[in-house]
Amino acid sequence: MKIMKSVLAATVIVLSAGSAVWAARTDLVMGVVLEPPHLDPTAGAAAAIDEIVYANVFEGLTRINSAGEVEPALAESWDISEDGKVYTFKLHSGVKFHDGTDFDASDVKFALDRARAEDSTNAQKGLFAAIDSVDVVDATTVKVTLKQPQGSFLYNMGWGDAVIVAPETADANKENPVGTGPFKFEAWAKGSQITITKNPDYWGDPVALDKATFRIIPDAAAAVPALLSGDVDAFANMPAGDALPQIEADPRFKVVIGATEGETILSTNNKKPPFDNLKVRQAIAHALDREAIIAGGASGYGTPIGSHFSPANAAYVDLTGTYSYDVAKAKELLKEAGYPDGFSATLKLPPPPYAREGGQVVASQLKEIGINLEIIPLEWAQWLEQVFKGKDYDLTIVSHTEPNDIGIYARKDYYFQYDNPAFDKVIAELDVTSDQAKRNELYKQAQKILADDAVNGFMFELAKIGVWNAKVEGLWENSPVQANDLTDVRWTE
Amino acid sequence: MTTYILKRLGIGILTLVFASMIVFAVLEIVPGDPARLMLGMNATEDAIAALREQMGLNQPLAVRYIAWLGGFVVGDLGRSYTYSVPVLDLVADRVAVSLPLAVIALVLSTLVAVPVGIFSAARRGRFADTVAMGTAQLGVAVPNFWFALILVYIFAVWLRLVPAGGFPGWAGGAWPALKALILPAIALALPQAAILARVTRSALIEVMGEDFIRTARAKGLPAGRVLWTHALRNALIPVLTILGLQFAFLLAGTIIIENVFYLPGLGRLVFQAITQRDLIVVESVVMLLVASVIVVNLLVDLSYAAVDPRLRTR
Repeated sequence: MKIMKSVLAATVIVLSAGSAVWAARTDLVMGVVLEPPHLDPTAGAAAAIDEIVYANVFEGLTRINSAGEVEPALAESWDISEDGKVYTFKLHSGVKFHDGTDFDASDVKFALDRARAEDSTNAQKGLFAAIDSVDVVDATTVKVTLKQPQGSFLYNMGWGDAVIVAPETADANKENPVGTGPFKFEAWAKGSQITITKNPDYWGDPVALDKATFRIIPDAAAAVPALLSGDVDAFANMPAGDALPQIEADPRFKVVIGATEGETILSTNNKKPPFDNLKVRQAIAHALDREAIIAGGASGYGTPIGSHFSPANAAYVDLTGTYSYDVAKAKELLKEAGYPDGFSATLKLPPPPYAREGGQVVASQLKEIGINLEIIPLEWAQWLEQVFKGKDYDLTIVSHTEPNDIGIYARKDYYFQYDNPAFDKVIAELDVTSDQAKRNELYKQAQKILADDAVNGFMFELAKIGVWNAKVEGLWENSPVQANDLTDVRWTE
Repeated sequence: MTTYILKRLGIGILTLVFASMIVFAVLEIVPGDPARLMLGMNATEDAIAALREQMGLNQPLAVRYIAWLGGFVVGDLGRSYTYSVPVLDLVADRVAVSLPLAVIALVLSTLVAVPVGIFSAARRGRFADTVAMGTAQLGVAVPNFWFALILVYIFAVWLRLVPAGGFPGWAGGAWPALKALILPAIALALPQAAILARVTRSALIEVMGEDFIRTARAKGLPAGRVLWTHALRNALIPVLTILGLQFAFLLAGTIIIENVFYLPGLGRLVFQAITQRDLIVVESVVMLLVASVIVVNLLVDLSYAAVDPRLRTR
């Protein structure tokens, strides 16, 4: 009997070991730092929402791929009219929402009309501002007419805020998201984890994973042991801090440093003296040592930038040399501006480490040229109220994480309070241009103007520190949009 | 005795009403618009206005206070601004983590601390006492988040006996859930136990110097009997006071430990709610904590009376 038992036990061990070799794992546990407030990407700005549902649960007419390019999604193709104002989308047929109802052109009309309605609470309502009307032609054809041509329209329709939702389920998406994507929402244990599972009725290529769990781990000190103990398989953007070299040395893990769309800048109140003086802003630009700021504020990970544009973008030009690090020159400019002894100002800092820690470095660098900064730490809610809405600030540090957002410099009510008609002209032209080569050329002009005007202290592009199990592949290296697209993720053995 | 309880209850309710006004008023003057925070930097003004209307933020202050307080009385705590689920459900989920955690930590610390305290008092000034109190001093000094990390590295990363953090929920069975709570409970219990051991020891030593102990000894009672029946009972009052304070602290003050172990507890809920300006959640949880502190204090007061008959007549 005893022998029987041992034989049985041995068989079980061999069998389980065998199956581990033959079948690759089909589940994935991802660590995320922030818990989303809810799961409806059409009703909130939190990146944490898109990090769960974008491309996984919800899909739009178009989507943004890992290279930041526009790809077809629910629309398999489109025609653009000669004048650039009418987009006719041909939709995939046989698409079903997760609740079993059919997806068709009327859902597209509903979703776009809802996002641009009077009482819409869409956080990116501006994306839909150019739409004049949405018309259903037939079940798989929808026609969108714009008020004026908009070069970025297809890109805009790829945002998480522009995903297609069904009229029956739209209001409940915050708690129970129902989309058309390759994963279905399964469960959300608040404060703990969110689970999505494979959608067996998906219209497109099926995904390799059967189940994905997003585990919420808010603390950097907790993230490292969670990875080392095997509780978590991957962090798309890991708060690793000083432990990163230790993880890099561990053959079980891959560390992939990529780029985000986060331009981290020393935002400057361009209407408030003395910052309305170009020479003062140039002096500040010359006084900033970007490498030291990256070392102090981002653990050494980040790419220096000279304007408000992502180095990962094809239209990027390196303008870091416009005002290179030169303390003597900075002092000279400050003197010319009429401040030979410098001046005092405030630096308001929101909570992220790049701001709080980077801010210390910036303050000490500006002290070198005689600008004494009083550091005022703020919570996000206060920052939005005082700095962003109230424009009650001198300098602040923030990372602008929206992709391709150089157009914010043309907004008159924006908190930089920048006003340059030459720049506005370039953006206006960009708005109505859809030819990519032409667009890139305009983007370059826009970058150059901002760099020359030293609108803000352009510091660095935030890095994306991806850490995952060496046997996992298909996770994004860069984050052209804030998403954890799991559609191509698989275990290699 | 009944008047004693009624009086305590009355004071408790008054404190609650008073606390509700302060909590509400303080949170109303905290800067920051919840609607703007939710919609972020690219939001248009009309979208923010629409959301404020939807959240009921445009009603006058007094109306919102009365509605909130009225709801509280009938058990309706309102809906979370950010999560848009009933606050009661949200809180219930979190209490299912925080309460067991606090109870385990409290039981652990009491089981360790009280015997150590008695032992030390009985051997006052000797080597064993010095070692025990030295260890307790260390326990007070070591920050519990650091101790927690050491525990995680030993038991989760190295030995792999327990998960490094997270909480699987009670639905998956009691054992996995308890397993997830063991390390945090130990980390929480350490400083509590250290304090409790020192209080037990000093209270006992103080009582041992009283006249009635000398009398007991003089009439020839054995030393053990003097310690266990006469001295200990009289030394319990300060110990109970500390226990009551500790329980309140364990319920509310676990934010750091909950972060280290990423447990979805009350402390983290409050912290998250404050940064997200989910005011209704903050108000409700703070009120619940106030209520639980009042209840615990009431229980402590009652147990004083049980321990010390002299208090019953007051």
